[in-house]
Amino acid sequence: MIHECVDQYACLAANINFNLEGLRIGFWQLTIDGLSWGAIYALVAVGYTLVFGVLRLINFAHSEIFMLGMFGAYFALDVIMGFTPSGNAYNKGIALTVLYLGLAMLFAMLVSGSAAVGLEFVAYRPLRRRNARSLTFLITAIGASFVMQEFVHFILPHIIKGYGGSNAQQPIILVQPKTQFHIFSATVSNVTIVIIVAALIFAILTDFAINRTKFGRGIRAVAQDSTTATLMGVSRERIIMTTFLIGGLLAGAAALLYTLKVPQGIIYSGGFLLGIKAFSAAVLGGIGNLRGALLGGLLLGIMENYGQAVFGTQWRDVVAFVLLVLVLLFRPTGILGESLGKARA
Amino acid sequence: MSVTNRLLAPGDRLREWWSGLSRVQKWAFGILLFGALALLPLYTPPFLDTPGISFGGTLAQFAMVAIIAIGLNVVVGQAGLLDLGYVGFYAVGAYTVALLTSPNSPWNKVTDTGPFSAPWAWLSCVPLAMAITALAGLILGIPTLRLRGDYLAIVTLGFGEVIRLMADNLSDITNGPRGLSRVAFPRLGESDKLPEGVFSNGNSSGHANYGTWWFWLGLVLIVVILLLVGNLERSRVGRAWVAIREDEDAAEVMGVNTFRFKLWAFVMGAAIGGLSGALYAGQVQYVAPPSFNIINSMLFLCAVVLGGQGNKLGVIFGAFIIVYLPNRLLGVHFLGINMGDLKYLFFGLALVVMMIFRPEGLFPARAQLLAYGKAARDWLRTPPVEKDPAT
Repeated sequence: MIHECVDQYACLAANINFNLEGLRIGFWQLTIDGLSWGAIYALVAVGYTLVFGVLRLINFAHSEIFMLGMFGAYFALDVIMGFTPSGNAYNKGIALTVLYLGLAMLFAMLVSGSAAVGLEFVAYRPLRRRNARSLTFLITAIGASFVMQEFVHFILPHIIKGYGGSNAQQPIILVQPKTQFHIFSATVSNVTIVIIVAALIFAILTDFAINRTKFGRGIRAVAQDSTTATLMGVSRERIIMTTFLIGGLLAGAAALLYTLKVPQGIIYSGGFLLGIKAFSAAVLGGIGNLRGALLGGLLLGIMENYGQAVFGTQWRDVVAFVLLVLVLLFRPTGILGESLGKARA
Repeated sequence: MSVTNRLLAPGDRLREWWSGLSRVQKWAFGILLFGALALLPLYTPPFLDTPGISFGGTLAQFAMVAIIAIGLNVVVGQAGLLDLGYVGFYAVGAYTVALLTSPNSPWNKVTDTGPFSAPWAWLSCVPLAMAITALAGLILGIPTLRLRGDYLAIVTLGFGEVIRLMADNLSDITNGPRGLSRVAFPRLGESDKLPEGVFSNGNSSGHANYGTWWFWLGLVLIVVILLLVGNLERSRVGRAWVAIREDEDAAEVMGVNTFRFKLWAFVMGAAIGGLSGALYAGQVQYVAPPSFNIINSMLFLCAVVLGGQGNKLGVIFGAFIIVYLPNRLLGVHFLGINMGDLKYLFFGLALVVMMIFRPEGLFPARAQLLAYGKAARDWLRTPPVEKDPAT
């Protein structure tokens, strides 16, 4: 075995780049791409942050809720709408494509939303009844995450032929990424536009739901002080259910957007990394804080892209983790602070 | 008595029985059990045998996971810190040995003579591996142990993944996904038939194959670690750990330097994980990133939770379940599904169900007084001397 590096310690440096020039040249492109990644992270991060705000629980299995959403979207396109994975893009025109995507998204949201509520019902509710320690909740979440992953990995192929298993689904591509216009030196593709616009709509809707509606007030009340909220006539159990539902719905929406960006990413283990990153995003913005999660998601997406440009593509995931550790070290409450109860301020 | 209590009664009764024994009796039973376990690969009862895979190899794997479970039990069970990146320490230990002794590595230190000559290389690497892993635990622990418990879980998870990514990406050192091969191992019992000794993978036939030898080595190490950890548990350190686990704030108020003792547990656990990693590297003689997938962390955690957090003998049983069942079910088909594949599904289900019905595990650690606790308990439990309490 011949090593290209001369000195044995130079080997360490050989695999890590430090390419600031690449960051300078690609700055705007990286920012735009990072925004579209960040939009997806943000939607998933909301699920973590809401549940954490209300229950003080890291819903570790949220990444698997997202993964099930990807399969839901695929199922909708494949079985319900009859697209076959052909490798070529179906170019159906803007209106039809948006309609199909919207329907697939709806189905993905349905799958993720019901999975999230089901998880709450089956795994977490019994623990709350028993006043379990927080470690117990976390271990349950890990177990549930295992179960969902392995269900898709080994059981699903026996239920629906051609689904799940060790390999990713054959991609169904509705829209081919095509450059629509330029901002500064960056190209903006139709996929990017769809992702950012859709994420923006969901972000505004969620923010409205949490901050302006009666249900939202209930969620904020339980997050702030669940005992007092219960005394004031808020049904805690119903609020918790709603929280999981909102998180699940957004994870489903994010799942469809993700499959637009990474069509070959529909695999049983596909939620894990994205889940950790979305969690990092939630912490970055201040976990428990809705707007923090949205902001954290966008920031993480952009930072990750910059880090990738500087240190090399293979370090992309490491950048996210290091960022998480740094944030926790220097500002454990995140950028916007932690309180969902006071999120409106 | 609830249904779960009745179902799991053997675990409780066994635990009760064991706690009731005197120290001498415990030792006697321990030695008997040790002997029985050591003879297990030579005289394997047919119902225990693993048809698809070498039984000695399975037991060797069990010994490694048991060591990991004991180490992780210090962190999770004793100090109550949820460490999801434990596989990272395992990887650091394995890679330390591999990097220092594999010919594929630029840091290969194997020479013809001295402590790094072929017969001694593995042995000299073991303490190094433990030290480096302990250092990794220190570096990770200092910034993160000040965090809230649930953040710790995610940061350690990230650590485990980063270690694997580094092993994958730093390909000029670790040889990337191709891995490092021909790692050193102890050379013992070299003969004409086995030129590299009984621990080499050339010794693959019969009952006393290299897996069995590694199992025996692991078994000895388990006993040593159990003694060490047991003594720590009964010391001031152990009491501090339990205090932190039960209520960190209260412990702090009582004057326990929580951060220091948490770090101590973390580093301790890391070093034990590193030792297991070194064993793994030696046994397999090949180290590659996929063996350190983060999902293994969950499996280790499962061993601890199933066996009973805080009960160091219970977690060994947990490790046995974790390793033995998948190997036993390898190749067993049910409804066209290979049951060996479903291990993560079953263990995930087991985690969820256990947490709901019996969060303390199969063999729960009794919340008992430590150190002089046994004497105190016996004294408290002696029936009152007064003859007629009614008046």
